[in-house]
Amino acid sequence: MSLLIGSITIGLILALLALGIFISFRIFDFPDITVEGSFTFGASAGAALIVAGVNPLVASLVSFLAGMAAGAITGVIHTRFRINPLLAGILVMTALYSINLHVMGKSNIPLLSETTVFTWIENLSNRVSGIDARTIIIGWEVATRDLWLLMFCFLAILMFCCILWWFFKTNIGTAMRATGDNDQMIRALGVNTKWMIIAGIALSNGFVALSGAMLAQYQGFADVQMGIGMMVWGLASVIIGESIINDRSVGMVIAGAVIGSVLFRLLVAIALRWGLNPNDLKIITAVFVFIALILPGLLKYRKRLTLKRGAHA
Amino acid sequence: MLKINNITKTFNPGTVNEVRALQGVSVEIEEGGFVCVLGTNGSGKSTALNAVAGAFIVDEGTIKLDGVDITRWSEHKRAKYIGRVFQNPFSGTAPNMSIQENLALAMKRGKTRGIGWGLPKSLVGDFKRLVKPLNMGLEERLESPMGKLSGGQRQALTLLMSTILKPKLLLLDEHTAALDPKTASKVIDLTQQVIAKDRLTTLMVTHSMQQAVNLGDRIIMMHLGKIAYDFRGEDKKRLKVKDLLTLFDELRRKDNIDPSVAALLEEYYI
Ligand SMILES: Nc1ncnc2c1ncn2[C@@H]1O[C@H](COP(=O)(O)OP(=O)(O)OP(=O)(O)O)[C@@H](O)[C@H]1O
Ligand SMILES: [Mg+2]
Repeated sequence: MSLLIGSITIGLILALLALGIFISFRIFDFPDITVEGSFTFGASAGAALIVAGVNPLVASLVSFLAGMAAGAITGVIHTRFRINPLLAGILVMTALYSINLHVMGKSNIPLLSETTVFTWIENLSNRVSGIDARTIIIGWEVATRDLWLLMFCFLAILMFCCILWWFFKTNIGTAMRATGDNDQMIRALGVNTKWMIIAGIALSNGFVALSGAMLAQYQGFADVQMGIGMMVWGLASVIIGESIINDRSVGMVIAGAVIGSVLFRLLVAIALRWGLNPNDLKIITAVFVFIALILPGLLKYRKRLTLKRGAHA
Repeated sequence: MLKINNITKTFNPGTVNEVRALQGVSVEIEEGGFVCVLGTNGSGKSTALNAVAGAFIVDEGTIKLDGVDITRWSEHKRAKYIGRVFQNPFSGTAPNMSIQENLALAMKRGKTRGIGWGLPKSLVGDFKRLVKPLNMGLEERLESPMGKLSGGQRQALTLLMSTILKPKLLLLDEHTAALDPKTASKVIDLTQQVIAKDRLTTLMVTHSMQQAVNLGDRIIMMHLGKIAYDFRGEDKKRLKVKDLLTLFDELRRKDNIDPSVAALLEEYYI
């Protein structure tokens, strides 16, 4: 059970990543691989600042801004220099690898003995419920502290979802969605689509970096490798969410991304529990996303086949 | 109002694919003028409209709108003064957004878009009132996504969106060409109403000579990136489809002869 609670908590933290991918991939149809670098960038910047004694909330905010800067650079490379989205992302991701090493000074920063956002929550839990308190839910005993962490992540994610939903309903957010939907149309309505893409990819990477910073604080370390495979991971979350919630309105897709992220993390935890080799995790994620991407086409094809057969019979 | 002075545009200059799409086009349209643009395929009609709309910057020449030189302005900056409807019904609307969201986007054409609510409740009533005269039953479907509508419905809405804030100039590029005849004539009726109501200055490209004869107060015929004929006032009113056909044939016949030979012949015979 405590494994379950931990998985849901991590799923909620990675939901920030899924929200970022939702912005780049679904709103702008922009396959942005910058996230693999900016996820680590957020983690490394946050960790380095926390080690330097900066307030962990401020450090997380700086991580968000750092991710936005990285995304903005990808956006500029793509819009101003007309480099295709994938290549623009690869350039920034590669550059970020060196930057991350510089920011951390080494390939790994432990945070276990530092004060993070989660230490605050643990302290709060200890003060309110007592040290080492246990709670029984549906017959299982879990550490009350873990429930506090879960609640905190849930509320934080809820807040970010509301902000994001509100943003995409404002005038500028609506124009952003239109940019991804039909850029010619929205340009004819007076919107600078280049700026919209730059701002959107920046926002996306801000969320991704924040996700990295939170994960580093939760697991107690930042590592230069931790961004690898994160784009596909986020994509898997978004796709799972979309298949569960069959509604394409902004609010529903945002909710779907969060639910997808938590479910995907749970699935992975269960698979690992059942003896899946952790080394195989990434290939399985990749195959899963591949299938999810081609499935709608396959279903349509099968439907056509059966229709044809029906016509022949 | 609109003053185009000797603009040129060459695509892919210096390559085998070089196309001199505009070769010195000059035209002046007064306020409230409604100009139909005719011409053979590839004569540069769309390119001329795109040059005015700012899809690209012209190589030479100037474009002035209401006395302001907009030659070097970006497309989105010009959009503040220019409304557009495209040939492709899918080009003018955002398919995954609702009808009312599309209309709300159009209400902000050329204005700064801040963090105010994108679709205020107060606007929905206005939208219903605006959409009703289209007689397409869309007032009951404002929340459905644009992508679910037919080409004709989308084109009618694009027309509405481009004129919802009165533009200084309306550009229509064969906006009925992709529609079936019945829908096309409906959209043409709407076009006429909108233009008449607000006395909009309009440039309309069309392939239908009947349309050109029936509508507007001036006909420009383009050929090989230049303006070949320009009829206005009484001349335009007298013009029949038959006359236009004759002119087209004449242009085609000239085309088949080498330009230098044609010039020689002209000198001899005219
Ligand atoms: N973006 C572009 N790149 C290269 N060539 C172009 C481009 N746009 C137009 N052209 C060429 O410029 C010429 C004029 O094209 P344009 O689209 O203006 O013709 P048109 O008069 O609108 O024709 P139609 O009646 O077929 O729409 C054509 O030869 C076309 O191939
Ligand atoms: Mg054309």
